[in-house]
Amino acid sequence: MAQVTLTVDGRARTLDIDDPDMPLLYALRDDLGLNNPRFGCGLGQCGACTVQIDGKAVRSCMTPVSSVKDRKITTLAGIGTPEKPHPVQAAWIEEQVNQCGYCISGWILTAVELLERHPKPTDAQIKDAFNDLICRCGTHGAALKAVKRASQQA
Amino acid sequence: MTDITVNRRAFLTSTGALVVTLASAEFAEASHPTVTARPPLKGDQLSSYITIEPDGTVVAYYGKIDGGQGLGTAIAQMVAEEIDVAYERVRVVMGDSALTLDMGGASAAIGVSHGGTMLRRTAAETRRLLIEMASEKLGVPARELGVTDGVIHTADKAKRVTYAELVGGRYLDRAVKWNGRLSNGLQVEVQAPLKKPADFRIIGQSLPRKDLPGKVFGTLDMVNDVRLPGMLHARMVRPTVAGAVPVQVDEGSISHIPGAKVVRIKDLLAVVAEKEWNAVKAARALKVTWSESKPDFPGHEKLFEHIRKAPIVKREFQRQNGNFEEGIKQAVRIVEGDYEFPTQSHASMGPACAVADVRDGEATIWTSTQKPYDSAYCVAELLGLPKEKVRAIWMFGTGSYGRNEQGDATADAAVLSKHLGRPVRVQYMRHEALAWDPKGTASINRSRAGLDANGKVIAYENISKAFSRLDNNTRESRAADVLAGQLTGLPLNRGESFEIPVASYTFEHGRLGWETIPPLMERASPLRSTHLRDPYGPPILFGSESFIDELAAATNADPVDFRLQYLKHPRDRDAVRIAAESYGWQKRPSPANDQKDKDVAIGRGIAFRRHFTTFIALIAEVRVHRRSGKLDLLRYVCAHDVGMIVNPDTLKHVIDRQLVYGTSRAMVEEVRFDANMVTSVDWESYPVMHMDGLPEKIDIVLIRRPEEPPSGAAEMALGLVPAAIGNAVFDATGVRLRRVPFTPERVKAALERA
Repeated sequence: MAQVTLTVDGRARTLDIDDPDMPLLYALRDDLGLNNPRFGCGLGQCGACTVQIDGKAVRSCMTPVSSVKDRKITTLAGIGTPEKPHPVQAAWIEEQVNQCGYCISGWILTAVELLERHPKPTDAQIKDAFNDLICRCGTHGAALKAVKRASQQA
Repeated sequence: MTDITVNRRAFLTSTGALVVTLASAEFAEASHPTVTARPPLKGDQLSSYITIEPDGTVVAYYGKIDGGQGLGTAIAQMVAEEIDVAYERVRVVMGDSALTLDMGGASAAIGVSHGGTMLRRTAAETRRLLIEMASEKLGVPARELGVTDGVIHTADKAKRVTYAELVGGRYLDRAVKWNGRLSNGLQVEVQAPLKKPADFRIIGQSLPRKDLPGKVFGTLDMVNDVRLPGMLHARMVRPTVAGAVPVQVDEGSISHIPGAKVVRIKDLLAVVAEKEWNAVKAARALKVTWSESKPDFPGHEKLFEHIRKAPIVKREFQRQNGNFEEGIKQAVRIVEGDYEFPTQSHASMGPACAVADVRDGEATIWTSTQKPYDSAYCVAELLGLPKEKVRAIWMFGTGSYGRNEQGDATADAAVLSKHLGRPVRVQYMRHEALAWDPKGTASINRSRAGLDANGKVIAYENISKAFSRLDNNTRESRAADVLAGQLTGLPLNRGESFEIPVASYTFEHGRLGWETIPPLMERASPLRSTHLRDPYGPPILFGSESFIDELAAATNADPVDFRLQYLKHPRDRDAVRIAAESYGWQKRPSPANDQKDKDVAIGRGIAFRRHFTTFIALIAEVRVHRRSGKLDLLRYVCAHDVGMIVNPDTLKHVIDRQLVYGTSRAMVEEVRFDANMVTSVDWESYPVMHMDGLPEKIDIVLIRRPEEPPSGAAEMALGLVPAAIGNAVFDATGVRLRRVPFTPERVKAALERA
């Protein structure tokens, strides 16, 4: 049993782990009781478990918990609130993107990272950034519109 | 509900008079009784549908669910409209069997047309009764009273009383006329009329979805997020050869994993642990000796050969007009066309998850299944509990797109919780969801038509040969319908049925039918069939609407004109006409004859359907790369007539998203399997559409008919996608695509064969 301290959404949290290889997703959900990173595949193929680590969108289902101590972890709930939404979150609501919303962490956090890299992305850049994400409700076109909206407002 | 309150309503129901007539009731008796406890949840009780809280919040009890298409918002709009409060003042409770009547859960896209209509009626009735109460209280005739946002007042507003003051925190103890049925058959009638469309203030407004902020800000809890004290995490352990059952389980193989434990109930095998990751690890590590099983599946490559050769278990012509056999004899020309549609998975974004707490002769299940009531009935049967001792609490979760594996997971959780005496959370893994969800069945759709000397279609036949869609009796209400029941030896409950297209085209002699073939495996089959979103729409319409196009081509007619020649219903015709106009359709027969030598060819195709009273035409414009077989989807135009529209923007979103979803099913999705097992078990082996497959432009044209009753929209458009694309490819190249999905390899092969 070892102790690991994680900084999640600005809060330092210490937890006991018995397996350093445990994916971060299980630490966030099971140990810390956070909900928005979701289990989709456990294979890094879909993006439902996405969180930001030091500003980069990462699949938490494939990231050993022992590899992220002392790094800044941000979840979907950590980038904005209804009172102070992140521009991408605001655009997502404006465009009414989602249906079930299970995939949403991957899409929004990937969009946030994309806009930091390319504040005015082309359609091709947006499509490329999103191409390894899955959404089964078919929100792809709406997500594209939302990123463009967010980029115009930035 | 075992509590019996002796009052007028209970007396009536206990004597079996389920239909209570109030026609003569001017309510002279102690007029409008209110009670402090909510009356028992029964269909003939107004408070089963609508109540008012102390702060004036109107609560609507919706026995269906919102699978992500905004029904919660639409229901709030409809209730707010009829009861006359601001939209923000309505709270919708969905799919909790202790609080909401069984209205069937999500089913057949009737969330607005059925569930919404029942709540509109009862909201209107509640408003009517509240005005009567206000009339007595204020001493003003009811006809002189109006309502503004929950305040009943005289025209000059000198006298006023609020809903909350009249009844807030108490319950109207009033009967309504109920037909005695639950689920999709529930009907309730009331005295109050519905508002006329001209008076709508809230219905017809594009209000934003209520559920989206919680999703976007990561604060909305889903079923996956239920955590109970003492809860164990479970993972199911399933064989790698279908039909195999555990013979020996080596519990020592997981003894190194903290807290991990094996649970075996007959052939149902699971591991549990306090920590979720340890349950995952234990499921991977557990050594199991499985029984020998030889399912001898034909494999997906030879599936259609298998279907063609398979004996017919049952054949039925569900719809006939004229005399097809006689009609076809008179034909001078026969056209025939076969179309093949593969097995497809629900392939939900999240594998199923459910939590159950079974104790003291009662069970509570937390589930995101589309059918929480059916799931509760199933659990009651599995656990040997009376129905009313099982409470199903529906929660948001992954979109399920039909009867996916959620019902199985819910039953697993309940069985495990009973066995262990602790709350249990079951989370399926990705491979399990894709391998073991009940599947949308494969089928071959074949059409035959006879033309007379003038090229007129005089006889038309459409038959699907397929596995029965009733391996699970389509729902999950019976223990035998879920894996847990099948693995613990319960007798199966199969039925024989498929489906037919709606007969919109008026051919002189016609017959529409189906033939079913034996299942590939009787019990606990990974290929067991069930309804997948728009059940049988995509497979049947791919065949029937491609074939209509073949007939148009055979008679050298423009595909739009050809359809209009045989469609007589004005709403059928309008959908086709408006789609064509919106697209800018140039009339000419297909194929376009000037692209023969080009490596890249562009074509347009149309497909049409009526489903219930939803009328849809979809046009696809497609660029075909002959050498690679790649298709670029350039544009969709969808004309959509659903009758009354509750929320236009949300409706457009529902259509847009489902056309994208339908594109995935048309272009890439196919369950693969070998002799032993499903082999498409992750997002690489079961590919779905990614961003690079998105149609470049989707135009949706809503046809507005506020005076017509609302129909459904949640799945009707997607079934047109395969035929619209296939017809566009024919227009571009003169080659028919006869098998879904339209992968580049398959398109290339079809072009090379031609």
